[in-house]
Amino acid sequence: MKRSQRLRWQATALMTVTTLAVTACSSSSSSSASSPSSSSAALTASAPGITATTITIGSHQPLTGPAAPGYSEIAPASTAYFDYVNANGGIYGRKIVYKYLDDAYNPTITASVVHQLVLQNNIYALFDGLGTPTHLAVVSFLNSQKIPDVFVASGCECWNQPTTYPETFGWQIDYVREGKILGQYIAQHFKGKKIAYFYQDDDFGMNGIKGLSDEIPASMVVTKQSYAPTNVNIGPQVAALRASGAQLVVSFSVPAFTALLKLYSLKLGFNPTFAVSNVGSDPTTLAGLLETFAKQGGATVNGSQLTNGIITDLYLPSTADTSNSWIKLFTKVRNQYDAKAPLDYNVMYGMAVAYTFVQAMFKAGRNPTRADLVSAIQGGLPQGPMVAPFAYSSDSHAGATGAYIAITQNGVGVQQGPVLATDTSATGPITPVTGTQPPPPASGIPSP
Amino acid sequence: MRTLPRRLGVAIVLAAIVVFLSIKLNAFRDYQIAEVAVYFTAVAGLTVLTGLSGQISLGNGAFMAIGAYTTALLLLHLSWPFIAVLVVAAAATAVAGGVVGIAAARLRGPYLAGATLMLGVALPSIAYAWPGVFGGDQGLNVVFTAPGFLGANFPLTRWQAWVSAAVALVTLVLLGNLVHSRIGRNWRAVRDDEVAAALDGINVAAARGRAFVVSATCAGLAGALLAIVTALVAPGAYTITLSIALLTGAVIGGLGSLAGALWGSLIIVLVPTYVTDVSTSHGLSSTVGANIPIVAYGVVLILVMLVFPQGIQGGLQRIVIAFFGPNQKSRTWRIAPTPHVTPSADETPASQHEKEGTS
Amino acid sequence: MPVVEFLQLTLSGISFGMVYAAIALSLVLIWRGTRVLNFAQGGMAMLTTFVAIEVIYHTHSYWTGFFVALAAGLALGAICELTVVRPTIGKPPLNAVIVTIGLLILLEGLAGIFFGGQFRSFPAAFSITGLKVGRTSLGVSRSDVFVVAAVLVTTLVLAVAFKYTSAGLRMRATAFNAKIAQLSGIRVARVLTVGWALAGLLGALAGVLVSPSTFLYPNSMDVIFVYGFTAAVIGGLDSPAGAVVGGLLLGIALSYASGYLGGSVGSELTSLIAFGILVAVLMIRPDGLFAGAQMRRV
Repeated sequence: MKRSQRLRWQATALMTVTTLAVTACSSSSSSSASSPSSSSAALTASAPGITATTITIGSHQPLTGPAAPGYSEIAPASTAYFDYVNANGGIYGRKIVYKYLDDAYNPTITASVVHQLVLQNNIYALFDGLGTPTHLAVVSFLNSQKIPDVFVASGCECWNQPTTYPETFGWQIDYVREGKILGQYIAQHFKGKKIAYFYQDDDFGMNGIKGLSDEIPASMVVTKQSYAPTNVNIGPQVAALRASGAQLVVSFSVPAFTALLKLYSLKLGFNPTFAVSNVGSDPTTLAGLLETFAKQGGATVNGSQLTNGIITDLYLPSTADTSNSWIKLFTKVRNQYDAKAPLDYNVMYGMAVAYTFVQAMFKAGRNPTRADLVSAIQGGLPQGPMVAPFAYSSDSHAGATGAYIAITQNGVGVQQGPVLATDTSATGPITPVTGTQPPPPASGIPSP
Repeated sequence: MRTLPRRLGVAIVLAAIVVFLSIKLNAFRDYQIAEVAVYFTAVAGLTVLTGLSGQISLGNGAFMAIGAYTTALLLLHLSWPFIAVLVVAAAATAVAGGVVGIAAARLRGPYLAGATLMLGVALPSIAYAWPGVFGGDQGLNVVFTAPGFLGANFPLTRWQAWVSAAVALVTLVLLGNLVHSRIGRNWRAVRDDEVAAALDGINVAAARGRAFVVSATCAGLAGALLAIVTALVAPGAYTITLSIALLTGAVIGGLGSLAGALWGSLIIVLVPTYVTDVSTSHGLSSTVGANIPIVAYGVVLILVMLVFPQGIQGGLQRIVIAFFGPNQKSRTWRIAPTPHVTPSADETPASQHEKEGTS
Repeated sequence: MPVVEFLQLTLSGISFGMVYAAIALSLVLIWRGTRVLNFAQGGMAMLTTFVAIEVIYHTHSYWTGFFVALAAGLALGAICELTVVRPTIGKPPLNAVIVTIGLLILLEGLAGIFFGGQFRSFPAAFSITGLKVGRTSLGVSRSDVFVVAAVLVTTLVLAVAFKYTSAGLRMRATAFNAKIAQLSGIRVARVLTVGWALAGLLGALAGVLVSPSTFLYPNSMDVIFVYGFTAAVIGGLDSPAGAVVGGLLLGIALSYASGYLGGSVGSELTSLIAFGILVAVLMIRPDGLFAGAQMRRV
């Protein structure tokens, strides 16, 4: 190409890029589609992010990057449930607009997208922010701006600080409680046996172990092995587990590493009982990961054979339990609005937390302010799809208080004993929950 | 920007622009100004290291981590004023840069790239090894507020933008001084022909080490700024992706040029945001929608490199020259000539045919 | 038993090490031929492995998928060289680095769009249950042995091809001095494309061999690439033998570190240990273990 031609090429390219950039900078990116409505005169724009016809909420989620597999299913599932609600009358007639942005599990990007959501998109509330380090990057900002920060997708106890973070609420059962509930079952049913711990080297694993240690006497524990999620070669750890002679391995691991634990155990001819945190025990997910190894592992055909016998704690119904009315509801919503997704733990999580949010919004009133949402939750919420009640009050912003023990058989978690509830202190009692889980309303939408 | 008065003039003008924009634009744009300033500080240091002294570094994210963690620890345990924290963070990172510089003195081209890549990957894992000190995966919180005299209603994002921009502009002036000083000339001499430079009496190893110290210090300052802008210092924020983004920004903007560092920083901050808005508003499935900005970013990198081999600053220069003709004036801000980031002196002759192709 | 443990750690280290060696070898091939650091190597491997899993899923045949992946690697390597890398020859060397980084990001995004972002389970070639010596199960399976064998065989075939075929001679001539090779009638451009194609094949092989252990998703080869690159640097970027030795050395050393430092500590410090090894080697031999003759510096 002649030099002058190339220069003209470059000049045009540069001008195009500049024009695009200038347009981008000056475009407003609010996404609420507010056309003047002829609906009930009682609906007003009662808070930022709320118009007469829409409620705009935001979230940060890992949609790409190494943390995306699995977690990236949650937000589309929440959207599916919101679409279902929107199609059936919405919240007092308003439609929910759910704007979730990718943060690739990088706290710097989380801070950036949450600033955008709050300062540019004017969201009403931040919903289901995912990840402990990522959300820690934005929790002070959200609270200083008085944005309701509801139902953080992380089991860290850090979200339960009503004095420091009055806008922030947890939702899922926290890891310490989980550890205690699992720990009590193990201490009761595996007396005299050798127990080993396998855990992720972050707050998830370490808090889980803390809970376990509150219930399982140290004399029973023969070894503790941790893993870093960046290193898939856990052969040395599993070899150490085998060498310790453990008869039960308690694992606070994410699904990929639960599957790897199982695979390396197969390889080493190590066959203990496994107890796994609900974070990493979903039979549907595990079966998918183990499927191609099922034949070699001695199972007949499907991956779920390799998940038989896994002990876990569930605070939501088991995903393959088709007799449960909540699972029926979520399956219906999934079929209609998120058809490509399997009904696994992440998808159910997304819909369940969306259900709780809709409950909270109904409770907040016809024309809620941001403070109304916070007080609605603090006043206590019905448990919805949870198996145990929430702990929400003005003193506690923690979510689920309890879970039941389940043993996986043919892909379904079969309940063992009652639902158990507890607190996060080392000596707090673990008590059975009375009453059964209430079914969803016939419409599938919480009533106002 | 050849002379100090001119450099100061540019810096003052830029400062005025920043203050004006930070008041006129909304709070989110203030936050973006702060982000651009952070990246500029780091990219400027890197572009000097790679463009002027010819040493590639894929590990400057690690230096940012050192600056950030130093800042977080000092603010957490000692509550010093921010200026003092900045100085200490810069000093700590300078020392680290010196150590790396000494080790890197003998390494060339891809071997230096490999070593710095591994540094960028490995250093953040120290946070996991001593979680008691460094907070592990959750990191350390950083509390940073606007000073009282500005009033209770002064937006924090504006203050963050001012502080970051101030540091960035100071860096700009100081780096500009260095680049046009004898140290800068020595760097270029070492980059262009090591043997000739050595024959000329330049201490090659010292010059190269000095470049690493300078580059690391800039990265350390940027890390300190990032700590106060994002309010959290965690290893997840200082992965190898950050180092790669810095290098990308430096090359795309125009290697060796401080103006290029600005263009590169603007691209790092603005391109992902824009494309995200476009893709989520068109009803695409979430996975597809989330990956479109990724694809677009990759395409932008490739296209810019193919269309503007000298980076954006180089492209701008050529356009200006094309319109206004080559003259004394345009030479003052001309981009540095093509750097030779070549492998070791005993490279195979195969590379000769590329070297002859460069200007 | 300490002997069993040592044997186990060594064998499992060799298995992972061979995967690093394959990546390292592909990087060396590209470096020798085109003087480009191909940061997209892991991304290319990941994409061809996705192609393989789709083929396996639809044909229910592992080996069909395996060989389709290798063929796809050849094609992808050639395409990348022709479209994206060729224009950077003759330009500042860092441009090619940025272009390959852009290519990596692009490939990961495309994989996310076309294959989804979720984990895919990738089958192993053979049984994954550990081989038994007497009654103890060694931590090494038939699949691990296949990994080692596959990489070794491919390396040897390539080495023989380089040495004894005319195509190999052309490639060696081009790597030695492209100008003179061109003058003697060798189509240098075509040779460069072939080099990239072969590198693509090696990357595809690495991807297929390691994906059973990492599960397949758009970013699954990122870490493997970093260690492969480190192995290439340790061995010396101009030396194919160095790539294999570097890969083995790294794999075994990391395995010992995880094993003897305790799995927990070892797994956190893996990258630090790799960094330590790299620095140690480079301090003694700045151009890698198998560097060419050193020129005397003035």
